[in-house]
Amino acid sequence: MNEPVKLKAKDYKSAVKPIWCPGCGHFSILNALTKAFAALGIAKDDTVLVSGIGCSSRLPAYVDSYGFHGVHGRGLAIAQGLKVARPDLTVIAMGGDGDGFSIGGNHFIHACRRNVNMTYIAMDNEVYGMTKGQASPTTPADWDHSKLTPHGPGVRPFKPAALALAAGAPWIARGYSGNPNQIAKLIAEAIEHPGFSFVQVLSQCITFCPEQTDWKAIVNEREEAPLVDADEAAQLFLHEDGFQTGVLYNAPRATWPPSPPEPQSQDITRGFCL
Amino acid sequence: MTMTQTELSVAITGAGGAGVISVGELLLQAWAREGGRGLLRKAFGPQIRGGESAALLKLTESERYTAASSYQVLLAFDWNNYSRFGDEIKLAPGCIVFCEEAAEVPAEVMAVKPDLVCLPMKQLAAQAHEEGRVNMLALGLLGQLLGLSEASLSELATQKLAHKPLAYQQAAQACIAAGTGYGLSCDVPVPVPGAKGCWYISGNQAAGLGALEAGIRFVAAYPITPASDVLEWMASPLEQLGGNLVQAEDELAAVNMIIGAAFGGVPAFTATSGPGLALMTESLGLAVASETPITVLNVMRGGPSTGIPTKSEQSDLNIALHGLHGDAPHLVLAPLDIADCVYTSAWAVQLAQQLQTVAIVLSDQFIGQSTAVISEPQRCAALEAAATEDNDYLRYRLTESGISTMATPGDAGLRYTADGLEHNEAGTPSARDDDHQRQLHKREHKLSACSYGDAWARAEGDGELAMVCFGSASAALCEAAELLAEQGVAARTVSLRLLAPLQVERLQAALAGCSSVWVIEQNHGAQLYHYLRGQMDFAMPVHSYARAGPVPLSGAAIVAAMKEATAA
Repeated sequence: MNEPVKLKAKDYKSAVKPIWCPGCGHFSILNALTKAFAALGIAKDDTVLVSGIGCSSRLPAYVDSYGFHGVHGRGLAIAQGLKVARPDLTVIAMGGDGDGFSIGGNHFIHACRRNVNMTYIAMDNEVYGMTKGQASPTTPADWDHSKLTPHGPGVRPFKPAALALAAGAPWIARGYSGNPNQIAKLIAEAIEHPGFSFVQVLSQCITFCPEQTDWKAIVNEREEAPLVDADEAAQLFLHEDGFQTGVLYNAPRATWPPSPPEPQSQDITRGFCL
Repeated sequence: MTMTQTELSVAITGAGGAGVISVGELLLQAWAREGGRGLLRKAFGPQIRGGESAALLKLTESERYTAASSYQVLLAFDWNNYSRFGDEIKLAPGCIVFCEEAAEVPAEVMAVKPDLVCLPMKQLAAQAHEEGRVNMLALGLLGQLLGLSEASLSELATQKLAHKPLAYQQAAQACIAAGTGYGLSCDVPVPVPGAKGCWYISGNQAAGLGALEAGIRFVAAYPITPASDVLEWMASPLEQLGGNLVQAEDELAAVNMIIGAAFGGVPAFTATSGPGLALMTESLGLAVASETPITVLNVMRGGPSTGIPTKSEQSDLNIALHGLHGDAPHLVLAPLDIADCVYTSAWAVQLAQQLQTVAIVLSDQFIGQSTAVISEPQRCAALEAAATEDNDYLRYRLTESGISTMATPGDAGLRYTADGLEHNEAGTPSARDDDHQRQLHKREHKLSACSYGDAWARAEGDGELAMVCFGSASAALCEAAELLAEQGVAARTVSLRLLAPLQVERLQAALAGCSSVWVIEQNHGAQLYHYLRGQMDFAMPVHSYARAGPVPLSGAAIVAAMKEATAA
């Protein structure tokens, strides 16, 4: 049942106080999410936020909807199981770059491929924050701030948008924590997209990566319409700097599962009777 | 046929893909139509095509199905594949052996002084029809030996080949006729058929059926031998019932998908085998902590690692009981035979739903992939639903039973976030000592305070000697009890269906007055023996008979081990 009164963004917040550090980019994603909910008039009772483990994965508890805070890397699997079993719900998964692209990498590519009608927000701060600052799959190769990799990870970072495209994601967007209004718009569009929608949000971690405050100067909003051609999108995602924001790719395709066939006989034992 | 006996075992061996299993299936189906009872065990090498394959048929008068300990009839398509089974197919002295060439018969076969029936099967099949296959000729030959009619075999074969071109069906019919009409001079005593009106089902199908009948409407699947056929069977009936099956990218996804569906209020299930269960265990802890009901069927195979993936063992008891991290109480159950897979699987689903926890069901390759003729299986009655509350809702409220109401998304005003983090009654993450103690107690108490009734075990017989087992070892245990009875020793058997939480008081009562107890299981490490010793005190000496697969447990081997221990 929808609430009769139109809800404001703050009405979607729960009473639980975030554990995030002051200045964390995730605050603006939380604000943007509730703003998107208010803009769409989302019904709290029919919405589920699902996450894995990490700083960003604490988000579901901060929103007054149903939620599931799972184990590391598996939020997308929980979310897809839920959405397939309960297509009537609005399902949004979220998590960090380590959760989504490292331990949960296999689920990420298969979620893109499967195209279940849900949204995934990767809150990408290029670092494992909760374990106190180790390199993640999106950390620059020469980032030498971690004791674990004192010379830097030395490995080329993932390009999440390119990965999503290659795996079949039909809708790809990127936002930046310094521009919450844009994130709110992207999330609202993502929820309305009929299929798997992937929003990468560059979310600064000033605790472990203070250099990320430089992002403000690099981030640029893409002015062109979203690409619909996968070849063009591949060129863009392979060669860009990763700081363009906006809806980058939008090529809807059939979602999974297809509509169920008409219910048949309830007798499932007939085949066993001799 | 003039002679009868209570059971007859027939082995058919050949290369994988040669149609050996089809011969076994059609023979058993035709036999069942006549009112016969029987078990078809399937044995494979680890190869998919071109490896060894055996249909091991046991025709009986009762429905207590142990694997045959020796075979009175062997039909070998070739000797190379027969030999790959080694001790698994033991021939009875004087058994009838069908083969192509007398000259090629291995020495170990000749050692049992067989009644050799050498005939050019390939040639006869080719003569019967240009598309003729030797397996259908073999079906005709064995059908003749068992007194089955050509018409019945032919009808069943045609049904089985319904999706194939007409020429295949005609070839099968011609070969069956050639086999049934071939002038055999040998004869074999066969069991007396019983009442008709039976089911023909495998343990894996039965477990899937029980789950669906108990309300499962979401399945996530990742293929693994010997559990894939549970999932494959469930796909169509699940669709028929309006449910969903997702083929997951791995077992990590499979278990989390069913957690997601179950959180949504849709009863959810997956099936796997040892390595898959190992991958799932982290998230089983999540389901325990978040109190999300899920059922995981583990069809056990030889382990560890890839082990012997196509053959049976009961060696995943330890991981099922103790594999979860932290203090994570959950249910572990084991079906006792093929028919009981329907009951135990349904019971597990219902208990998981009622207690909002994880149920692991330990089936195995023996009962999972064997097909049997059974009477219509007993069903598990629906459990009473727990009371619900909706005022001042707290998802993890501390209640007397330990069970708190689980709201599902869509329920108005009962919103909460399920969490693997320790939490308070509302579900808010909490690292406080008092919340941790209370929630640990809640999750343990709801399982220990539950009344599980009489289904916890199947206890039979009387006597000072007791034998205890779990799951599929039950049939061998009962066979051992019968052998002992023939020798004047009364024994009681306790086959455990509910392993966790262990029903200590009931087990102690079942063993009261015994002078000795034997714990019987099919694994190397005596896992059940050590579990029972750790969980309860015994007033009498406790002995272990633990033998790993792949050779199935047998009553005779159990009795022999007991004798040896007594003599020592």
